[in-house]
Amino acid sequence: MRFLPVGADALLVEVDDTAAATALYDEALRRHVAAVDVVPAARTVLFAGVHDVAALEREVAGWSVTPRPAAGRRTVEVPTVYDGPDLEAVARLWDMSTREVVDTHTSCAMVVAFCGFAPGFAYCTGLPEERAAPRLESPRTRVPAGSVGLAGAFTGVYPTASPGGWQLVGHTDLLLWDDTRDEPATLTPGTPVRFVEVSR
Amino acid sequence: MSRALVVLDPGPLTTVQDLGRRGWAHLGVPRSGVLDAPAARYANRLVGNPDDAAVLETTLGGVDLEVTAAMSLAVTGAHAVVCVDGRERAFGEPVTVRAGQRVVVGPARSGLRSYVAVAGGVDVPAVLGSRSTDTLSGLGPRPLAAGSRLPVGPRPGEPQGVDVPAVRRHDPAVLLRLTAGPRHDWYTDDALATLGGAAYTVSADSNRIGLRLHGARLARRSGDELPSEGIVLGAVQVPASGEPLVFLNDHPTTGGYPVVGVVAPEDLPLCAQLRPGDEVRFRV
Repeated sequence: MRFLPVGADALLVEVDDTAAATALYDEALRRHVAAVDVVPAARTVLFAGVHDVAALEREVAGWSVTPRPAAGRRTVEVPTVYDGPDLEAVARLWDMSTREVVDTHTSCAMVVAFCGFAPGFAYCTGLPEERAAPRLESPRTRVPAGSVGLAGAFTGVYPTASPGGWQLVGHTDLLLWDDTRDEPATLTPGTPVRFVEVSR
Repeated sequence: MSRALVVLDPGPLTTVQDLGRRGWAHLGVPRSGVLDAPAARYANRLVGNPDDAAVLETTLGGVDLEVTAAMSLAVTGAHAVVCVDGRERAFGEPVTVRAGQRVVVGPARSGLRSYVAVAGGVDVPAVLGSRSTDTLSGLGPRPLAAGSRLPVGPRPGEPQGVDVPAVRRHDPAVLLRLTAGPRHDWYTDDALATLGGAAYTVSADSNRIGLRLHGARLARRSGDELPSEGIVLGAVQVPASGEPLVFLNDHPTTGGYPVVGVVAPEDLPLCAQLRPGDEVRFRV
């Protein structure tokens, strides 16, 4: 773990990879650390709104964090119609048929590594690195809500319509964000996810 | 008649703001909230509201309102002429208005954002614990539009003693104190010296998301890409252009441009009042 200073009341902890960041985030939740925000990301966890940064750093340094299966957390299934405008481009990229793209994507046990970009937009990991897909060179000005896209080795689902540069392979009707619920996001960091093919 | 404000003219941008929604950044929810917190707190105290009551935040052009019931209000922040039915009233003091009167907060004479507090607070529905408009994600009430009707909460207790200076003079040249990190090592050795030695001017593209600056560019050591990571309020990010920007309350929760340093929280209210063309220096 590497500790990086972030102003007066925050601490950025850098780890080796996304799985380690997810594990560190889980540990921080389990221990109810004294921070207003705990924000996992690709290779870091940010602790913000911290009263005593030095004390938190000493505390985190003493944790033994091991990635473990998301014990006790229910897998969220994302029913997906694989009809995205970039499905064929992804098939060419992966050098397989669109059928094989769908099989690859649905056979992957994924987990939400972190959220960002928009409320409830989850970055799901699980695709192997060799399946990484580049972002579109020119982002679309409008991506419909529910679009399922790939960027790098991440899979994401757009909770609301927005501009976006991810390669779209399909769409889902699953409600991903409802700010009247106690837990507004359907896909929160650490949630196991599986994409399931459905017909339109 | 129920207590409400009816918007006649919202000016260039007027939003409802309180102290924002904290603790949701892990879901991608920006913190939002008033940019000049001391000014908003002062307005609330003048009318007897708690500090977390929702106020109106104007941007440069003021706002034009009609009140549906007698109430007291106060305007603070960027200095502006306050008129009630065409008669000038005090800025930075409680003003009592009657049902049906028209309140015009004029354009900012200095600074950028004025705050209008009404006794009882702006009582639009809260989203995730806050009534703030988030201009990045769209959470909370929409920015004010002509014809918008904003409910006002019940009259609070008597105004409390006020211990904040009435008007902070707007300074068109400010110094922002900056703590280096977390990613200053992504820039060339002279980057921090460049940042500390240069005079930047505020860009007209600045908004509630970020204070964008024109001036000396910072160069990175390499073309590597930084994986997305969490961002804090006041973070100074350097996008591909090389010109820094200071993230304000509606900033995205994660981002992939390396953050060279973080502005001291006490200096952020200064950022809220800077106009395009104003000068910014950093002390690293």
